[in-house]
Amino acid sequence: MAGASRPPAGGRPPAGRALPKPAVPGRAPAGRARGAFVLRHLVRFAISLAALLVASFAMIHLIPGDPVRAALGPAAPVELVTARRAALGLDQPIPSQLASYVRNVLGGEFGTPSRRGEPVGEVGAARLPNTLALALLATTVALLVAVPLGMWAGIRTENGRNRGTEATFTSVTGAAVAVPEFLYAIALVTVFAIGLGWFPPAGKGGPESYVLPVLALAVAPAAMIARISRVETLRELGTDYVRLARAKRLPAARLYVRHVLPNTLTATLTMGGLLLTGLIAGSVLVEYVFAWPGLGLRIVESITQKDYPVAQGVILVYGVIVLVVNLLVDLLLGVLDPTSALKES
Amino acid sequence: MRHLLRTPAGLTGTALVALMVVLAIAGPPIWGAEAERIDSAAILRGASAAHPLGTDNLGRDILARVLVAGRLSLTLALLATLVGAVAGIALGALPSVLPRRAARLVTGTVNALVAFPGLLLAMFTAVVAGLGARGAVLGIGAAIAPGFARLTQTLAASVAEADYVSAARMLGVSRWRIMTGHVLPNIAEPLILNLTQALGGALLGLAGMSFLGLGVQPPSFDWGRLLFDGFARIYATPAVALGPAVAVALAGVGFNLLGDALARAASRTAAPAGRAVPPVAAAPGEPGGSGEPGPGAVLEVRDLTVAFPGGVTPVRGLSLTVAPGEIVGLVGESGSGKSLTASAIGGLVPYPGEVSAARLRLCGTDLGELPERERRKLLGTSLAMVFQDPMASLNPALRIGGQLAEVAIVHQGASRAEAGTRAVDRLGHVHIPEPGRRARQHPHELSGGMRQRAVIAMGLMGTPRLIIADEPTTALDVTVQRQILRLLREVTGETGAATLFISHDIAVVAELCHRVVVMYAGRVIEELPVGKLASGAAHPYTRALVASLPDMDTDRSLPLASIPGHQPPPAEVGAGCAFAARCGLANDRCAAERPPLTPYGTAHRVACWEAS
Amino acid sequence: MIIENLTVRFGAFTAVDDVTLEVPPGAIVGLVGESGSGKSTLARAVAGLVPYTGEITGGDPRRIQMVFQDPYASLDPRMTVGASVAEGLRVPRAARRAEAERLLSLVSLPVSLAGRYPRELSGGQRQRVAIARALGAEPELLVADEITSALDVSVQGAVLNLVRSLRAELGLSMLFISHNLAVVRYVSDVVAVMHRGRLVEVGATEEVVGAPKDDYTRSLLRAVPRLGRA
Repeated sequence: MAGASRPPAGGRPPAGRALPKPAVPGRAPAGRARGAFVLRHLVRFAISLAALLVASFAMIHLIPGDPVRAALGPAAPVELVTARRAALGLDQPIPSQLASYVRNVLGGEFGTPSRRGEPVGEVGAARLPNTLALALLATTVALLVAVPLGMWAGIRTENGRNRGTEATFTSVTGAAVAVPEFLYAIALVTVFAIGLGWFPPAGKGGPESYVLPVLALAVAPAAMIARISRVETLRELGTDYVRLARAKRLPAARLYVRHVLPNTLTATLTMGGLLLTGLIAGSVLVEYVFAWPGLGLRIVESITQKDYPVAQGVILVYGVIVLVVNLLVDLLLGVLDPTSALKES
Repeated sequence: MRHLLRTPAGLTGTALVALMVVLAIAGPPIWGAEAERIDSAAILRGASAAHPLGTDNLGRDILARVLVAGRLSLTLALLATLVGAVAGIALGALPSVLPRRAARLVTGTVNALVAFPGLLLAMFTAVVAGLGARGAVLGIGAAIAPGFARLTQTLAASVAEADYVSAARMLGVSRWRIMTGHVLPNIAEPLILNLTQALGGALLGLAGMSFLGLGVQPPSFDWGRLLFDGFARIYATPAVALGPAVAVALAGVGFNLLGDALARAASRTAAPAGRAVPPVAAAPGEPGGSGEPGPGAVLEVRDLTVAFPGGVTPVRGLSLTVAPGEIVGLVGESGSGKSLTASAIGGLVPYPGEVSAARLRLCGTDLGELPERERRKLLGTSLAMVFQDPMASLNPALRIGGQLAEVAIVHQGASRAEAGTRAVDRLGHVHIPEPGRRARQHPHELSGGMRQRAVIAMGLMGTPRLIIADEPTTALDVTVQRQILRLLREVTGETGAATLFISHDIAVVAELCHRVVVMYAGRVIEELPVGKLASGAAHPYTRALVASLPDMDTDRSLPLASIPGHQPPPAEVGAGCAFAARCGLANDRCAAERPPLTPYGTAHRVACWEAS
Repeated sequence: MIIENLTVRFGAFTAVDDVTLEVPPGAIVGLVGESGSGKSTLARAVAGLVPYTGEITGGDPRRIQMVFQDPYASLDPRMTVGASVAEGLRVPRAARRAEAERLLSLVSLPVSLAGRYPRELSGGQRQRVAIARALGAEPELLVADEITSALDVSVQGAVLNLVRSLRAELGLSMLFISHNLAVVRYVSDVVAVMHRGRLVEVGATEEVVGAPKDDYTRSLLRAVPRLGRA
């Protein structure tokens, strides 16, 4: 038994003295971690952006058949098609085409002029704000309604009390999530615009014209956020620090607003960010129903009319917006919830 | 399956999905001819008796067309789901097979795609693949795939990290066997569950594509295409859009509710099945039970019972007294009811637990008789609680100082500044260096021992009369444990508070406490001065517990004592002594009749027929 | 078996720093340390679950088996106890069942448990199954990582007794890792103390416990709660 093991490699000073002092978590390391966090997200953003550019460039080339022929129509003379191909640079080798495409996009020229002759960049610039307005308003409405609702449901159904409330809440939100936004849009138009005549059925006008499109967009996300908010609230209510806060006999309002709410927000806002990007694209269908002059309406027109340069440009614009929103949400969460930023690394 | 049909949501979902399936099978044979019959005399009609949902531009009956279109809608949705699931699962499984770099690339791509809205991916794919049903199916498949890939990835990663997979690897089980024998069976269920919801999503997505004119093209028609046709006429005859809209909505709701219900049923079967046990007759109060109320006792509990529905009674007729400055250890194994006793005294038993007690007094005041407002104030300032996991007992979103200051602000009417100053003072009092700086930090910036100190400091914000510490050192290293025990002793001494120290570790209790209360199956079975614990315990359970614990002085040549069998769960405690089945001394009387807690020498009580 | 100059790094962090330790045949070497000392990482490295630099000599590194801390995570919930134990056996198919049953009785479990699923077993029983599974591979070294820390005291005693009887009857070599010095002292022939990734003291159990040479070992010993000291 004795002498069975070798001693640790010799010549080392006694551990107790030789070791460095325990690292005290202070400002400097936290700041460095935050810098690394921001940098990591920026790098990720740049890589995604590059991939997106390549994908949107590739789109035109992946389309079966000749996009120029498709755009000009079968009746166009061969010379015109050839000339147009040359004008678009489509006769160049692929790598140089990609290079000039990227150059154009970075120079603010989103794709080649369309069949109608309008520059794609201008189409985007004119219509983008309308789409963004709908998506942002809908997200705001959804969050404002859903977070308190979900929290209320969570508090009421803690530990399985009020089974009736729980059943109602889950089935109503479950059903509301499952109905797509264009059906809400059609239903709202039918009832409030055509039936009751309270709101305009289509087009963008005064504030009242926003009501129905925003509602149609907001219902399903609101149901989704309410569910998440409830689950998060339930999880928070089960934590030791809420138990401790209860042991301190804090008033209910203080307990829920100060201790529970902030900790539910990370998950809720992450979801909210995903929903916002989903809404920006999801507004396609709602714009179609309300003839809303946004990007969505334009992309549908361009695809059905085989006006591919416009489709390419609009998809690229959508993609960039999605990336930017995701980046902003990630950074915002890093600021709001410092532990999430640290945890990730 | 029974669980599925028990909730209204599950029932509705199952019924709707069944309806859709029946429609897909029976729809075309029954209404197919009607749906295609052209009637030039009845073009573009609104609702009428002959055509409840009107007719289209060729005079075909829209209701019949809706009923027939179900088959195509469901078939396309099924195809799109298959495309998406196969592509997604393959993509998600790749990283566990590929070399590290390639795996990271795939993971990164999937993560980027998941953040992309499905509709965008669908339109991109549909443009490339060409307008029409094929393009739409591929497009929706592409929209679904990233989600599946991510789910597969997370599930596979969590299973691959499980100890049982490590064990299999060490046993030399092949990668292929691990994949098919361990990983796949454990991730199959959630993946299959997800298919139901994906199917609903695909159906809605396809309807959307067709509604935009990007999906099914005439002469074929699905619900989305019918909606596209109907929407153009919505101002003149709104009824024509109603049929396809309702069909799409019902299908979406049906699949979603069914998926939800399936997921819930699955999570229920995964948890250990709760056994239904007939309620046990309420335990009668212990006549002349323990805890003689000494003069000036801080805590006085008599006949405390905590019961849950279904006859589960984890704490049964417990009596306890703690004097000022006294540290009482409450010892027992998991399931003995010791932690719930602490919660009951603190008024923190979770719903649906029911607490009853013949007497529950804090500082001589009966908590049951106090008005709500005063009770909250008394408990908020006089009771300090410390829990097991210091990582979990401070709110990660709030600064340490703010969390401490709350008590003073809420119960003592202190201003923010006063409360903040007191918080820093209290942090210093529990020997936290640089208390001012620490007060401004968030919990994650402190070590475990430091956080436990902060929790104790929180209890010192008021004027604690009772400190309840529930396994406060179990999550800590021994050297830190020693410091926290010393701090608890110091705090008890200087405040004159009574301390109830709950622990499974009899050695820790022996170090810290003055008196030890041993619990078994919800009852106190022995109560003794700490000096008698090592060699003077009277109850066979206490003696076995002491003997089974290896100590720095245990004779290494002898086997440790072990107790056969297990502690009965709270729903299965019978009429006799709960320990009888495991006890070497037990006789017929022990099995039939429960021994009361009776005095056994000075300051010592035991509940055992054979002890005296 | 001899662990030589074993180092494990995670990025810039060195979890195990140049550890050299011998486990003589038929001996139990106890490895004690606090959380973050690197003892579990060392265990996983020795078992081949974490990449490391250094060498393991004096035996076949592939014949090292490990038993984990959490009895609830170490068995596949979808496999019967018998199937889990039989999984790594290298015996003809026909003999598997009998061999699995022999292994179960070796760890004092009734043979009838073979058809049960892990969820039907108590924590102590699961740990015995995990030990039986590891024994099936006829290991030259068994690494036991905190195998009793998730168990109740009365169950812990029985598992520790099992560990000692396995060594006595099978001559099993074992690296027994625990944060609990009293437990390590009870089962081990040799005690190694780990602190911040390094071994600070190694020696025969009675020597380390009775006359510690290292400051850290001394502070650890002082901190151990004792029943009789009150």
